[in-house]
Amino acid sequence: MVNSAVWEIGYLISAALFIFGIKQLSSPRTAPRGNRLGATGMLLAVLVTLARMYTEEVIGWELIVGGLAIGILIGSLMATKVEMTGMPELVALFNGFGGGASALVGMSEAFSRISTEGGIPEGIELYATWVAIGLSGLVGWVTLSGSLVAMMKLKGGFTIPLSKKWVRFPTWCPPWLNALKMLLLMGLLYLIWMTIEDPTNKDYIWGIVGMSSLLGILFVIPIGGADMPVVVSLLNSLSGIAAAFTGFVIGNNVLIIAGSMVGAAGLVLTFIMCKAMNRTLQDVLFKAFGGTGDKDRPTRTKVGSDPEEVAMVLDGVQKVIIVPGYGMAVSQSQHAVKEFADMMEAEGCEISYGIHPVAGRMPGHMNVLLAEANVPYEQLIEMDDINSEFPDCDVALIIGANDTTNPVARTSEGPLAGMPILDVDKARVVVIIKRSLSVGYAGVDNDLFYMDKTMMLFGDGKKMMNELNSAIKEL
Amino acid sequence: MSLTVAALLGSITVFALAIFLGFELISKVPPTLHTPLMSGANAISGITIVGALILSNTAFNDGNPGAAAWMALAALIMATINVVGGFMVTNRMLEMIAGKRRKGGE
Repeated sequence: MVNSAVWEIGYLISAALFIFGIKQLSSPRTAPRGNRLGATGMLLAVLVTLARMYTEEVIGWELIVGGLAIGILIGSLMATKVEMTGMPELVALFNGFGGGASALVGMSEAFSRISTEGGIPEGIELYATWVAIGLSGLVGWVTLSGSLVAMMKLKGGFTIPLSKKWVRFPTWCPPWLNALKMLLLMGLLYLIWMTIEDPTNKDYIWGIVGMSSLLGILFVIPIGGADMPVVVSLLNSLSGIAAAFTGFVIGNNVLIIAGSMVGAAGLVLTFIMCKAMNRTLQDVLFKAFGGTGDKDRPTRTKVGSDPEEVAMVLDGVQKVIIVPGYGMAVSQSQHAVKEFADMMEAEGCEISYGIHPVAGRMPGHMNVLLAEANVPYEQLIEMDDINSEFPDCDVALIIGANDTTNPVARTSEGPLAGMPILDVDKARVVVIIKRSLSVGYAGVDNDLFYMDKTMMLFGDGKKMMNELNSAIKEL
Repeated sequence: MSLTVAALLGSITVFALAIFLGFELISKVPPTLHTPLMSGANAISGITIVGALILSNTAFNDGNPGAAAWMALAALIMATINVVGGFMVTNRMLEMIAGKRRKGGE
């Protein structure tokens, strides 16, 4: 019999590894080591758990080995197969799995206590355990169903295959939805209370499963595309919170520490995203935006340019700033963009990339895509640092970005008012690759399109980039 | 396993302190690392795998593998996918981001 302090120390070391891991993940130099530290901490926690079970009780290997093997197989397949363009969906899905696993652990604990004689605790222990089971279920199921909806939203709403028509995933937000969500939440708290009053009744627990899953779905459905970075990072935070509550259920501190740390870190990221959109978290979550409301209908027209014209303008320029947006992700044109950058650099042109913090559908989306295309890290420049460079820049090339470049955000009017933007309009020439003049997520017309110095290349991002590249080659 | 008021208070203290720690740990993150940080943190939240392991064992050993055992197995599979997939995919992303950086510097 090994002293139980040994196990506790093992868990403590693993918690410390998580802390260092997260810390190091937030700096580019140390991030790979941070990730390895986190993985080491996890391996240690798993080994400690297995060793403890092995020494203290009979171990039922069948389920454990089977479960681990299936999980490792599926997890590693998914992680190696995924394209960088599919990253937002995968991150959303993994968030959901984390939340779902925590909820299931809580539920399994409740069921096994109910079925064992004397398994139901009394007094303070009953309250603590059952509240923790209820909360881990509530947060966990919301995370799972919300993440699944988010994943479908991230996948859906691109082009209708034959007509090449751009459609957005419908955002459904009737005015009574917030009231319904409130009711569901209150109902859930009531159900948690009822599980304490009548701890052997499994119906209440199933009720929590159903209502929380519904709440998760209703929570993500009204939130539209460009707000997705906020949702994805919030769900990430929730998956941590769920793990922390599960830590209370099984009385294990490493779960509480790791879970609440991830919960807090995810919340920090959520607020960074909100700040980049100049919206509060409440607004993102409870006010539908751009989904169904009034949208500007562009009434002005702009004559599109040819790739050849743009290639001539680009001939011999000194400095180009590339501004990617969600359109680059959808058309998967990051490799064509890199090819363009290589050609320009060969001509002695200076290339950098202006990255808006909420460009794309998850935090850091553009950076991951461009890194995949071998764009050097030093060329990816944050919004605050690149904005002072636009006045000296010959050409700003925008690929599938709209709201993040709309000068109207500098005024105090409309939905974009006050949002930090990339100052592309200060460049000498602006080239925009975009399907049409249609409005972006915020539903506001963009004056940038109609400026005299703006050249529009209408079409799919990848196709136009390739045409532009061949036009440059022919020059 | 019996839970005392003291143990509960201890856990709540740990919970509160860890939340503060999480807020302090990552006050500043460069946007390049937003995605890897998120997916790495997500992999860490798969720590619930510990609970899934314990319950897969106890629930199964109780004689009749009822609903509780199957739930624990499902939890174990999901948590393992979360952990293994999460760390691997984060590693892949960081190789792309930071690996190139090293090459470029030399």
